[in-house]
Amino acid sequence: MGIQIDLDKCTGCGNCLPYCPFDLIEIVDEKAHIKDGCTLCGACQEACDYEAILIEVVAETAVISDTHYGIWVFAEQRNGQLKNVGYELLSKGRELANTLKTELCAVCFGYNINGVEQLTAYGADKVYLIDDPTLDNQQEDLYTGQLVKLIQEYRPEIVIAGATSFGRSFIPRVAAILKTGLTADCTGLEIDTERRLLLQTRPTFGGNVMATIICQTRRPQMSTVRPRVFKKNTPDKTRMGQIIKVDFNKEGITSRTKLINFIEDLTERVKLEDADIIVSGGRGLGKAENFQLLGELAAVMGAALGSSRPPVDDGWIPYSHQVGQTGKTVCPKLYVACGISGAVQHLAGMQTSDIIVAINDDPKAPIFEVATYGIVGDLFKVVPMLTEKLKNE
Amino acid sequence: MNVVVCLKQVPGITEVKIDPETNTLIREGIKNIVNPFDTYALEEGVRIKERYGGKVTTVTMGPPQAEEVLREAISLGADEAILFSDSAFAGADTLATAYTLATAINKIQEYDLIICGRQTVDGDTGQVGPELAEMLGIPFVAYVSKVEEIESDHMRIQRMVEDGHEAIETLLPAVITVVKEINVPRLPSLRGLAKAKSAAIPTWTAIELGVDENTVGLPGSATKVIKVFFPQRVHRGEILQGELGSQVESLLDNLREIKVI
Ligand SMILES: Cc1cc2nc3c(=O)[nH]c(=O)nc-3n(C[C@H](O)[C@H](O)[C@H](O)COP(=O)(O)OP(=O)(O)OC[C@H]3O[C@@H](n4cnc5c(N)ncnc54)[C@H](O)[C@@H]3O)c2cc1C
Ligand SMILES: Nc1ncnc2c1ncn2[C@@H]1O[C@H](COP(=O)(O)O)[C@@H](O)[C@H]1O
Repeated sequence: MGIQIDLDKCTGCGNCLPYCPFDLIEIVDEKAHIKDGCTLCGACQEACDYEAILIEVVAETAVISDTHYGIWVFAEQRNGQLKNVGYELLSKGRELANTLKTELCAVCFGYNINGVEQLTAYGADKVYLIDDPTLDNQQEDLYTGQLVKLIQEYRPEIVIAGATSFGRSFIPRVAAILKTGLTADCTGLEIDTERRLLLQTRPTFGGNVMATIICQTRRPQMSTVRPRVFKKNTPDKTRMGQIIKVDFNKEGITSRTKLINFIEDLTERVKLEDADIIVSGGRGLGKAENFQLLGELAAVMGAALGSSRPPVDDGWIPYSHQVGQTGKTVCPKLYVACGISGAVQHLAGMQTSDIIVAINDDPKAPIFEVATYGIVGDLFKVVPMLTEKLKNE
Repeated sequence: MNVVVCLKQVPGITEVKIDPETNTLIREGIKNIVNPFDTYALEEGVRIKERYGGKVTTVTMGPPQAEEVLREAISLGADEAILFSDSAFAGADTLATAYTLATAINKIQEYDLIICGRQTVDGDTGQVGPELAEMLGIPFVAYVSKVEEIESDHMRIQRMVEDGHEAIETLLPAVITVVKEINVPRLPSLRGLAKAKSAAIPTWTAIELGVDENTVGLPGSATKVIKVFFPQRVHRGEILQGELGSQVESLLDNLREIKVI
């Protein structure tokens, strides 16, 4: 078990050293030596020209039975409104289901949910729907218990959910109860048709390294995906699907947490995730009052207001506006970055935008590398000019 | 209130750069640090102890050198620290990590609250906290931004969601994960530093934990990394030229042409 260096083959060339994402290889007495903490990711193995690195993996113990069938998408709702991320995942799920020649199901819990038939329009063959007053607000204990019961009963092969704050919080608990694998924040999902495995690709190390992960022997294979990572298809209203109403099975499920109240952040007039245009500000704005400038530009463009982390840390703008690794992932048609340097953690949340405009007075700022159009200049001049010109149209 | 804080040692990678020639990480000057989000977990644990009494135990699962972060935690106010270390734990995914932590925390027995960071900066999943809660069979609340009030068997907290804050009451014992908005971590005290130097930090191995080697580390993991690669950044990079006024004009022309405005 584990990783071994074939001392006869290893030349001590050191080529593998920089490939270890964890910096765990050293050369001792002209041979590679692996330090403690190795996750057996295999990056070094590929880099070795001498086939001197051996990684021994556990022999397949469990054979997957054919009794697991279908791809499930957890379609999240809030206050009876289905979230876009569910449609995005169904669009992707449709592709995967076609490749696997299996069925695609949506699972939806809540109370008085609007437009459930939309889920079939986006690709679901079946919708498992639990509409019950006790599922009104998202009580995680109830959702966890109920989803586990459904999965145990219907045995899907794959379960995908949105990496929203709700999904990231209760889906891991479902995986833990089922003792199966869960891959967080996937940005790529593909099928290895030969082995019927879901290839789950995700960023780690703050977006510096990508990893492809599989869940070989346990079922279901589970992943979460951030909103706006996959694009939603145009809904096909003529698509037929089955809506299966399931009763909420309360047996053995109690809620140990209670929602007392919710304080909505009202500054976010246009929701970032849904916006076609986002005007975003960074530390370069200098102080809270200067967000006003961006607010004016956003208003004439019909855009939502975004932010990098420092303005949020300094209290210039609430967290709900933060874009990036620890904020939201966005993918608008147009992202205008003003006074943002373009740190990897920020890029992680916006680099897939269709068009990126960067306004920054430092020509070396990394944001210019991903920007479709860059303006090197003082944002306090450029932004008002833009606002003015657009206003006069 | 007996609080257990889960910490992880991670490479300090926020400044990591990719070498464009070899497409590998440039590691120069990278040190191991306490996962930044876990420093808020520790600080909150220490504040709760200061407010309600009890003690703070910090734990980590990792290689022997992970002991460093536990010493650091003691200098910052933790009372006790335990390292879970064994070559059998290597290669653990979040499921196996949570299982190992849960087994060990069950062995600690005395706990009212377990605090984790919102996510690590290396693994970056935020899954260990909720998985741990489930394995211990206790309630879980993510993204806590404020601990309002703790009473004997329950507490009131606030947590951050995408569009605002929720006030939540949860039964205890519970697991919570915290966001950086919750506090401003303190610096180590002189007394703390002295204590950290001399503190005895026990190491629990697979034998002490009484776990079957097939349930921890790589064999106990459900997921497996099959490939690691460096992302290709999309280089678009057209810098507009000319005076500012004409740059702004040509930007607008471009945007109009592709009909985004
Ligand atoms: C674990 C972790 C998670 C993180 N998560 C996130 C995240 O989710 N989102 C995020 O954004 N960051 C995140 N960060 C922080 C990130 O590393 C950067 O620190 C941050 O993105 C920098 O923000 P900024 O570009 O606004 O500020 P800076 O890097 O300070 O850049 C400001 C820019 O403004 C320019 N400027 C200044 N004045 C003007 C002017 N008058 N006109 C034009 N340009 C001007 C400067 O040239 C500079 O390029 C995270 C960090 C860590 C460690
Ligand atoms: N090896 C570990 N030892 C102790 N705590 C951990 C470990 N891994 C993760 N954690 C805790 O779980 C949180 C989430 O980690 P992750 O799921 O890896 O993003 C961290 O912020 C820590 O509080």
